[in-house]
Amino acid sequence: MAMDSNGAVETAADVRREISSLEKAKAQIEDRISALQARLNSYGLEDGSEKTNCSAPPPAEDLFSGKLSADMIYRYSRHLLLPSFGVDAQANLLKSSVLVIGAGGLGSPALLYLAACGVGSVGIVDNDVVELNNLHRQIIHSEAYIGRSKVESAAAACRGINSTVQIVEHKEAFRTSNALEIMRKYDIVVDATDNVPSRYMISDCCVVLGKPLISGAALGLEGQLTVYNYNGGPCYRCLFPTPPPTTACQRCADSGVLGVVPGIIGCLQALEAIKVAGAVGEPLSGRMLLFDALSARIRVVKIRGRSSQCEACGENATLTEQQFCNFDYEKFTQTPLSTSPLKLQLLPPEARITSKEYNEINKKGEPHILIDVRPAHHYKIISLPNSLNIPLGSLEGGLPEISAALEVNKAGDNSRDSSLYVICRRGNDSQRAVDCLHKMGFTSAKDIIGGLESWAHDVDPKFPTY
Amino acid sequence: MRLTLEFGGGLELLCNSVKIHEVNVDPEAEGNKLTMKNLLSWVRTNLIKERPEMFMKGDTVRPGVLVLVNDCDWELSGQLETVLEEKDVVVFISTLHGG
Repeated sequence: MAMDSNGAVETAADVRREISSLEKAKAQIEDRISALQARLNSYGLEDGSEKTNCSAPPPAEDLFSGKLSADMIYRYSRHLLLPSFGVDAQANLLKSSVLVIGAGGLGSPALLYLAACGVGSVGIVDNDVVELNNLHRQIIHSEAYIGRSKVESAAAACRGINSTVQIVEHKEAFRTSNALEIMRKYDIVVDATDNVPSRYMISDCCVVLGKPLISGAALGLEGQLTVYNYNGGPCYRCLFPTPPPTTACQRCADSGVLGVVPGIIGCLQALEAIKVAGAVGEPLSGRMLLFDALSARIRVVKIRGRSSQCEACGENATLTEQQFCNFDYEKFTQTPLSTSPLKLQLLPPEARITSKEYNEINKKGEPHILIDVRPAHHYKIISLPNSLNIPLGSLEGGLPEISAALEVNKAGDNSRDSSLYVICRRGNDSQRAVDCLHKMGFTSAKDIIGGLESWAHDVDPKFPTY
Repeated sequence: MRLTLEFGGGLELLCNSVKIHEVNVDPEAEGNKLTMKNLLSWVRTNLIKERPEMFMKGDTVRPGVLVLVNDCDWELSGQLETVLEEKDVVVFISTLHGG
């Protein structure tokens, strides 16, 4: 708390409020500037000074190359100078349209390059908002856009780079109910999503509508890339007819991801989209690129061709638009389309306490042991004082340690038995651990509902979340 | 028979986080041939340290795992019946979904 120049009392909350309102104003001004910049660029000038040859109406299309305007020739000159790309491929790009589903780690660089290179029309689908913990990898977004729509943020960045490209904003989740309508208008689809049901849904939609699919994925320190449904090549279902078990589907929010890894895969997705749109080179169809960042190894492997048995694109497949619309991808993959984390309900209410209740117990100094069952590298990021780290995976081996800690507490306060509480990041693993402890005789063990996230939310707002 | 086995896409977590394994596998008695089927059961016994259900389902790999023999999808070489040769490189990779 501090006094301002008028003598009024100013609190940290006041300052935060003012920062947030200024940031909003700043973002609006930046939007306005980038829109004006785009208008200025459409006059054909970057320095703003008037030059008659540029501000004049664009010359008749056939004046120079037969296809490209003077501005376009100048803007894309380094493409035109490539003998294997040249005017023809650039003209193909300018006529083409690409739909990028997901404006996250993969979509960010893919969108920047697709807009920069002059794809005629670029669609962006996402229903998420920009968060601070996105920015280390989702490089299309900036701090000014935190809390705002990813699609708006990405569209503004794309327009800032190339005002001559049509950017189409789809601020909605990609679902069977809108998929056909959205995708139909585009020539090429880039899958930059982060979950299994979306991957099946996008592939099936591409099969139904006959669109090539540039598919990328990244997690941790590895990435994968391939082109599906292109020129008689396989679709996603040809490769993966059966969905993986849900336990095998890790998310960046749980397992982590090195920011540059999806960046590299997203760039390669842009490259493959440019090759397909420009009709040059050999797109990565029937092959898959596997990238291992730690060992700096890239391997391109040959994968199976289109499967005659495939339920989407095989010989006897009859996947129609109607069947696609009625297909339940969440049920098929046992995974929700939204990326919100799992909320497990494993324990009875009497085996659980809230973070506020735990705070009271702690404040009263009631004897207890707090076990944190997160992996050791999570515990290193941040932990509650006096908690004991025994990761869920090594809980059985840690039982003697728990017994010993309980004994020490008991010796200190003979009158009561020590309580045993278990905490984790979000309150799922803590329930699994308590369930396990109950079975091993620690019947008084309770879990803290919602884990450290609820501690930060309900008890200590300054406690870091990740 | 000397082989190089590689695990990726998270499958390495099932074998002590080691990605590359240089191994020596004895062919089964019948005809001195080593098939992928033999190799899978050898891997399960000798390399997989935890959660074997994350690697195999029945007598083959679980859904979502690609198997590559010398950089080629095993679908193209006969899946479980693929006959391995000295110095072959076999890659097991779990498909990723993140982005």
